[in-house]
Amino acid sequence: MQPFVNHTGIAAPMLKDDINTDQVAPILHGRGLKDDYQAMLFHRARLREDGSEDPNFVLNKPQFRNTGILVTGQNFGAGSSRESAVWSMIANNIRVIVAKSFADIYRENCLQNGLLPIVLAPDDADAFIARVVSVDGASPFTVDLVTQRISGPGGPDVAFEISGPDRTRLLEGLDDIGLTLKHKDDIANWERQAAAAQPWLLTVHDSRR
Amino acid sequence: MSKTVSNTSARTLFDKIWDFHRVGQRADGRDLLYIDRHVLHELHAHHAFAQLRKQGRGVPRSDLTFAVQDHTVATKPGRNDETYPGGTAFIRAMREGCREFGIRLFDIDDPEQGISHVVAPELGIVLPGATHAVPDSHASTVGGVGALAFGCGTSELAHILATQVIAMKRPKSMRVRLDGKLGPHVTAKDVALRLIAELGVAGGRGYVVEYAGSAIASMPIEQRMTLCNLNIEMGGRSGFVAPDDTTFDWLSGRPYVPQGAMWDRALEHWRTLKTDDGAVFDRDVTLDCASLEPQITWGTDPSQVVGISGHVPDSAAVEPGRRAAAESAFAYMGLTPGTPLAGLPVGRVFIGSCTNARLPDLEAAAAVVRGRRVAEGVVAMVVPGSSTVKREAEAAGLDRVFRDAGFFWGEAGCSMCAGGNGDQGDPGQRCVSTTNRNFENRQGVKVRTHLASPATAAATAIAGRIADVRQLVGGAA
Repeated sequence: MQPFVNHTGIAAPMLKDDINTDQVAPILHGRGLKDDYQAMLFHRARLREDGSEDPNFVLNKPQFRNTGILVTGQNFGAGSSRESAVWSMIANNIRVIVAKSFADIYRENCLQNGLLPIVLAPDDADAFIARVVSVDGASPFTVDLVTQRISGPGGPDVAFEISGPDRTRLLEGLDDIGLTLKHKDDIANWERQAAAAQPWLLTVHDSRR
Repeated sequence: MSKTVSNTSARTLFDKIWDFHRVGQRADGRDLLYIDRHVLHELHAHHAFAQLRKQGRGVPRSDLTFAVQDHTVATKPGRNDETYPGGTAFIRAMREGCREFGIRLFDIDDPEQGISHVVAPELGIVLPGATHAVPDSHASTVGGVGALAFGCGTSELAHILATQVIAMKRPKSMRVRLDGKLGPHVTAKDVALRLIAELGVAGGRGYVVEYAGSAIASMPIEQRMTLCNLNIEMGGRSGFVAPDDTTFDWLSGRPYVPQGAMWDRALEHWRTLKTDDGAVFDRDVTLDCASLEPQITWGTDPSQVVGISGHVPDSAAVEPGRRAAAESAFAYMGLTPGTPLAGLPVGRVFIGSCTNARLPDLEAAAAVVRGRRVAEGVVAMVVPGSSTVKREAEAAGLDRVFRDAGFFWGEAGCSMCAGGNGDQGDPGQRCVSTTNRNFENRQGVKVRTHLASPATAAATAIAGRIADVRQLVGGAA
């Protein structure tokens, strides 16, 4: 996984709650196994019925073409567990999402891919949103995971919280499977004990065969 | 249950299952939780297979891992890999990966193929007190048999394949008590929609939910699965019902459950799978279901729900934080506040999905349809949740009931739930669907989805308009 240390980019306001992964990464038909994740991001919202770009959609506006930080409302990433809803952000160089809250599975998928999910306290979130709206893409913000601060135009630095383990994992770009396999012996021991206590869990087969 | 004595050693069932399966704690503070049963589907598995190949990893417990073709398979009779061209590459990559990693695949032509969440319990692959993972947000469907299931993304899928554990922070616990006797034609679907309306689409975020109460005690397993299936629509991390005699009777004799002396031993343990008296949940919620009528969504998220005799709400009646979403939903759905739901003309009805396509769902719909005709101009589809359900329904003559009435009778799969197999509605079409998400464009570009129970969907197909099944067939169940 690519580490996340800091990221500088234009912050775009997408001020809705409950934006779901069907919206972020719609299933596109006629696709193959290798999707175009860059084109997938908010594909339906980006385009009008005739296939042309919708100039009113925030990421289509000239000042937000190179968005690096998405700023949004409650429960971002609800719905389907599809990881393409994270990959399509990364493919567009959006490495930070600042939200009032995230859906559980989406947040996990962010951490797997070096996308920093920031939750600000409600007052801070409202203040930061107002600032992002007023800056309107005129100059970038920098998000630093080492200092846990967002800095940029229009005000003082904003501190954010993230759990120590999640922070370390992002900073070091830790290989998730590698981290777990340090516990290979624990897993084998557990299997031995469970096979004695609840053997039906550790074996399964078709009794008709 | 006595609340007078606070017993600190009292544990919830969630605690018991979690603690038993906890292998250890990782350096980053996450618990490693052993996954007893892992089920994959073709839409996401190929990414994970590619990752394993790239990293030179195998699947050490391929014997605990199963795979199905469900999201991209065509539903047309006589289908094959190529019937829906958009699915062909996924279906073949799945087949190849399963062969390579030694995973039992319920392939497109397998007599037991179907939607993962339907197949795993009906074959007895998942068990009470077992942990379960699927790279799909509706994984907790199998909570209906008392399993603790987690939906996950593709990286986590690869992680579980390679290690057989999931790395998670322990979620909080919530108990939802559902009390009262459900009225005629009121089902778990209606209960779940009302609950989501009450708690909101993020009300369960961070929680594992135990569903309890008198309405649960008398609820058949298939309905418990419907309820647990919809747990994610209020944001819940997982949801389950503690197993009881209904569960054990339902599981007994299924092909993959333990047999003989091992069944007896398992059963003895399963009878202990209960929340202790006095155990404390992080949140407790109660819903009285006795006066509930059939429910239906009017908007574009599953919390925008009214009773079937209700109206599209006035935005002033919507809580301030939800008003903008409501107004956007009015526009998308082509509805104005105050409009009664019943009577709205529909162009399409879909009965299917992991939410509502088990045999009793189809029986409930067929009971409404029998001897009637689908209204002129309505496209009506039934897609069984598995090939087993399809076969059983056909043995009971349900396919004739649906076909004679003018329904399409399909091969098993996810179909119009997310339209990943090309089954979609037409732009602007109003669709009553037994699925789980009424998100914009999910069932096709600009399709206006109303979520409801199989009985409500069936009544709507007959009437050509959103209908109260109780009025169509009378009040008796």
